[in-house]
Amino acid sequence: MKEPKQMSVSAIENGTVIDHVPAKNLFKVIQILGLDRIDSQITFGTNLESKKLGRKAIIKISGKFFEDADINRIALVAPEAKLNIIRGYEVVEKKLVEVPDSIVGIAKCMNPKCITNFEQVITRFRVVSKKNVALKCHYCEKITTQENLQII
Amino acid sequence: MKNRSLVSIDDFSTEEMIKILDLAEEFEKKPVRKLLEGKVIATLFFEPSTRTRLSFESAINRLGGKIVGFSDSATSSVSKGETLHDTIRMVSSYSDLIVMRHPMEGSARFASEIASVPVINAGDGANQHPTQTMLDLYSIRKTQGTLRDLNIFMVGDLKYGRTVHSLMMAMSRWNATFNFIAPEELKMPDEFKLYLENIGLKYYEHSDFTDIISKADIIYMTRVQKERFSDPIEYEKVKNVYVLRNSMLKNTKPNMRILHPLPRVNEIHIDVDSNPKAYYFEQALNGVFTRQAILCSLLGIK
Repeated sequence: MKEPKQMSVSAIENGTVIDHVPAKNLFKVIQILGLDRIDSQITFGTNLESKKLGRKAIIKISGKFFEDADINRIALVAPEAKLNIIRGYEVVEKKLVEVPDSIVGIAKCMNPKCITNFEQVITRFRVVSKKNVALKCHYCEKITTQENLQII
Repeated sequence: MKNRSLVSIDDFSTEEMIKILDLAEEFEKKPVRKLLEGKVIATLFFEPSTRTRLSFESAINRLGGKIVGFSDSATSSVSKGETLHDTIRMVSSYSDLIVMRHPMEGSARFASEIASVPVINAGDGANQHPTQTMLDLYSIRKTQGTLRDLNIFMVGDLKYGRTVHSLMMAMSRWNATFNFIAPEELKMPDEFKLYLENIGLKYYEHSDFTDIISKADIIYMTRVQKERFSDPIEYEKVKNVYVLRNSMLKNTKPNMRILHPLPRVNEIHIDVDSNPKAYYFEQALNGVFTRQAILCSLLGIK
């Protein structure tokens, strides 16, 4: 009998595993972290079953470790994400993401009359609420709420 | 305050506000002084605003400064497609300070980050117009002798009116009580009411003018604009409810003054103009003194 063909996603030796990413936001996370522009080996799975999220995604990045400030940038789209830091095939550290106090260059201001939607301006927001994310635009001073949040 | 920009009224601390008001008082006593001699001030009006521009230009001229600029973006390089970024870069090398009015919200903050000279926001869309707020504060202090513990009535379009929002935020620093009179469609937004609740200040909401105005120290009138209403019938219903007439002022306090950022349409009947409690034209003049004070402070001259 022939062995059924199987492709497994192997464990990584050194690197970072980002788990509990909402499936619908997988590509936003990839974009925010710039994973589409790095040379590391990356495997990801999406639409995996999750009790907590319904459908989740997972990303494994070989040989890559993130600064907290960088990883917290994904908090807007993956607030429940968990990071496993892997060294020598072992999980050496677990981290949760945290919504930062300010957001630079990720979100779009929802105010159609805001200058950031007309000129090349790097958007900047102060986070005025972390639970139901609300961002106050540094420029037009209007609030962008979670349901209107768009990632650039 | 030297070399700082004034973009939002919150850019000033309470002490800085008082300092500006005191300085404006000096300019009221002696408005013509050659403090800006040799200085070039750029007035960039990307959308027309005759009142604000003339007030600034009058302030600059009385101080002996020179003006470069434009009063309408159709006559500037903007009509050739130049970005705000490039216009500001260029103008900051031609001038010592930039006064800017622009239709886009946040444009003034953006300009202040690019410019190598101070920027004064003379209105960025519906966002901020801090020199208006400063002249309102000046008018209130001058007529009441204080900014503390006053009862401020705000009437008309309290939803979209940036002047009332900024004035409310500023006056909340001096323990004011607020009364808001507005139609349902144009009520004070929740975020501002929530702010007052959080800092423990009292406010009351009314849907029409009643004898309640007998308690007012200041009645701040604004225009109810037709274009704010999705239903024209609603506008017709309310447009005459928020008109202040001389006969209504009978029981008001002797110190009470009526303010209006102007231009008015019909919300203050002309029979009010001759009442000594009408203060809106003097208020406009105060704008010149206040802007003189702001210009000199940001340039570090006074």
